[in-house]
Amino acid sequence: MNKFIEIQGVEQTFRTSKGLFPALRDINLTIAKGEFVALIGHSGCGKSTLLNLIAGLTTPTAGVLLCANREIAGPGPDRAVVFQNHSLLPWLTCYENVYLAVERVFGAGGKRIGAAAEKRTQLKTRTEAALELVGLTHAAHKRPGEISGGMKQRVGIARALSMEPQVLLMDEPFGALDALTRAKLQDELLEIVARTKSTVVMVTHDVDEAVLLSDKIVMMTNGPAATIGEVLQVDLPRPRSRVQLAQDPQYINDRMVVIDFLYKRQSHVEKVA
Amino acid sequence: MVSAVFHSPAERARPVSNLASERKAAVPAAVTLASVKAPGYDWRGLWLRVIPPVLGLALLIGIWALVSLTSKGSIPSPAQTWLQAVDVFSDPFYRNGPNDQGVGWNVLMSLQRVALGFGLAALLGIPAGFLIGRFDFLGRMFNPLISLLRPVSPLAWLPIGLLVFKGANPAAIWTIFICSVWPMVINTAVGVQRVPADYMNVARVLNLSEWKILTKILFPAVLPYMLSGVRLAVGTAWLVIVAAEMLTGGVGIGFWVWDEWNNLNVKNIIVAIFVIGIVGLILEYALIKLAGLFTFEEVKS
Repeated sequence: MNKFIEIQGVEQTFRTSKGLFPALRDINLTIAKGEFVALIGHSGCGKSTLLNLIAGLTTPTAGVLLCANREIAGPGPDRAVVFQNHSLLPWLTCYENVYLAVERVFGAGGKRIGAAAEKRTQLKTRTEAALELVGLTHAAHKRPGEISGGMKQRVGIARALSMEPQVLLMDEPFGALDALTRAKLQDELLEIVARTKSTVVMVTHDVDEAVLLSDKIVMMTNGPAATIGEVLQVDLPRPRSRVQLAQDPQYINDRMVVIDFLYKRQSHVEKVA
Repeated sequence: MVSAVFHSPAERARPVSNLASERKAAVPAAVTLASVKAPGYDWRGLWLRVIPPVLGLALLIGIWALVSLTSKGSIPSPAQTWLQAVDVFSDPFYRNGPNDQGVGWNVLMSLQRVALGFGLAALLGIPAGFLIGRFDFLGRMFNPLISLLRPVSPLAWLPIGLLVFKGANPAAIWTIFICSVWPMVINTAVGVQRVPADYMNVARVLNLSEWKILTKILFPAVLPYMLSGVRLAVGTAWLVIVAAEMLTGGVGIGFWVWDEWNNLNVKNIIVAIFVIGIVGLILEYALIKLAGLFTFEEVKS
């Protein structure tokens, strides 16, 4: 479907002790089903705010957000979020963290229309499949405190994917990781997205990550009152290989466009709030 | 263990036979490295861990002996008190009458009252803390009340307890309750407010039911705060029971202290001081151990 997610005339203003703070203005964007969209911009440009609006964690002060032609009224497992700080519950094992999500969506309390509640064995299979997808079957019975940062982030991704969401929302998921782990997880994400054909919206401020992973890059202007500056279609053929693309002229060109936007036309000016 | 031996280019240029003999010479060296003697007794560890507390205790006893000497006998010496303690503990569980029991029974009576008062405080205080922390309106409603009532000395509540409950035992339990409840309410409420927003966002995205949020997120996250509230409460409760028992009489370690004062049996008072201190120490230690079981790395931070 071409207009799977529609964002129409969205504005977001926050009330602070110092008055009204306009975070976003005049956001108009459509995302097709199965598309991978990257939101990129400097710090403070409202990327996370926009992601939270799509997730339904906040409601816009003006405008409307639609997902599958229905207004986004609140958060839900249909729009699964992968947080920047993995947000795994430290007193549950990795298996139990993913099971919590699976149980909620597919178990007795689930809200899936037209589907019966699944039994525990089926839920167990789903959880194990999700962990296998991110290659963490061996760490299923460990607690988050016992695994590395990259592994924790992978469990977060497993949890989000296990809910079979319509949209996968990722807020700088690899920002807290070292460069090597980041590269590995980016490659894994490419594989997973190819397999599950998910619609993904990812916030990042890594230009290479944006061009490598996405079909469309949404470049935001500087905050406050940030808006969409430019949208770039990335038509590189899939499956994408990091090593091959490094010398691909189109990749280099796309990269240049984004860098030009970020560092020349929208070079970050330190403003006093 | 010789794991990585980096040969310089010059070494590689040497003839093979030399290298072979070099390797033979290296092996005995590796063997002697492995057979290094285990270090001797850890004297330094002993010095740091055991000697200072022992010296502290010795200092206390020394000052005590000095004070005893200068007071010309009205304060008993450590030696006399020790003999008395041996006598008291030789039969800690005798019963001669309703007000004449062994020290063991007295301590147990006091602990029982603390347990009851404390248990009631936990039963009421912890759920109240959850509600106050979770719902802003209730927080605003009850915080001024808590701030008003908290600084009141528990002993000031004792007459009201005697008036309402018409008995020493219930009044003492009431006093324990009213002094233990505040730390538990406040700490639990703070714990609920300190649950990281990320966990609550996860709950929202997963659309968890209120019960699941309570059992899977709130309760485990608040547990460390709850346990520190419990520790504070137990310390205060044990303090208060002694004072309350002194005032109300009956049975218990506090009553025993006051009774021995009326009999001018100063040695027993000092024995009681040590008993109270040791029991308090044991309670605190047990709770620290319990708290340690439930703290996870990431919740601590």
